[in-house]
Amino acid sequence: MSDNGTKKCSIVVFSGDMDKVMGAFIIATTAAAMDMETSMFFTFWGLQAVKKKGIRTGKGLFGKMLGFMFADIDGIGPSKMNFGGMGRWMFKKMMKDQNVTSLPALRQMAIELGITLLPCKMSMDVMEIAPDDLIDEMEDPVGAATYVLEAQEADITLFV
Amino acid sequence: MSEITPNKTLDARGLQCPMPVIKTKQEIDTIEIGEVLEVLATDPGSMADITAWSKSTGNELLKMGKEDGVFKFYIRRVN
Repeated sequence: MSDNGTKKCSIVVFSGDMDKVMGAFIIATTAAAMDMETSMFFTFWGLQAVKKKGIRTGKGLFGKMLGFMFADIDGIGPSKMNFGGMGRWMFKKMMKDQNVTSLPALRQMAIELGITLLPCKMSMDVMEIAPDDLIDEMEDPVGAATYVLEAQEADITLFV
Repeated sequence: MSEITPNKTLDARGLQCPMPVIKTKQEIDTIEIGEVLEVLATDPGSMADITAWSKSTGNELLKMGKEDGVFKFYIRRVN
């Protein structure tokens, strides 16, 4: 619970899989809609969900190699049955046919609902991702202690 | 269900989880405290979900029911 008595929800987004990121955003937006103060902490592969479109990350050789594999929210594939991108296409089509809100639209909804989006500083350093590589709505990069304090105060914590 | 006169109607028909709840939240913020929002939805999960939402937010679910395949909710904004 926060200092003003509002219930809190805090979610770690570690995974960069389309289906898992989807689950994280669905729960986060719903928690915010249910009047919970909600934050999402993006680390490692999860940073793909908040990377700007059309940007290549990385400075050195390994960073650039990693950057080549590092997608944005529209380019990440499901954790199973991706088949080199076919699965991503199939899931998007099936979701659209069922009128399920797309992942980029869910992220936009999260921003509109005032969810705090925190990037992990350490994984950004390791993966050579600059703050400017991430969408403008992100807070400044933070460390584990910031998340742990969020989690201490939270009524719901999830690691996705 | 005709005795409740809503101040505003949200048409969430055709929307899938979690959008009926999220749109309900966004719409309830646009009406005054004490006013009533009518929500129309076709997602069968919305019966449980709108109930849970109103319990969590404290807004009062005055009435809900199903009419011609459409779920109808009447919610009074409390806070």
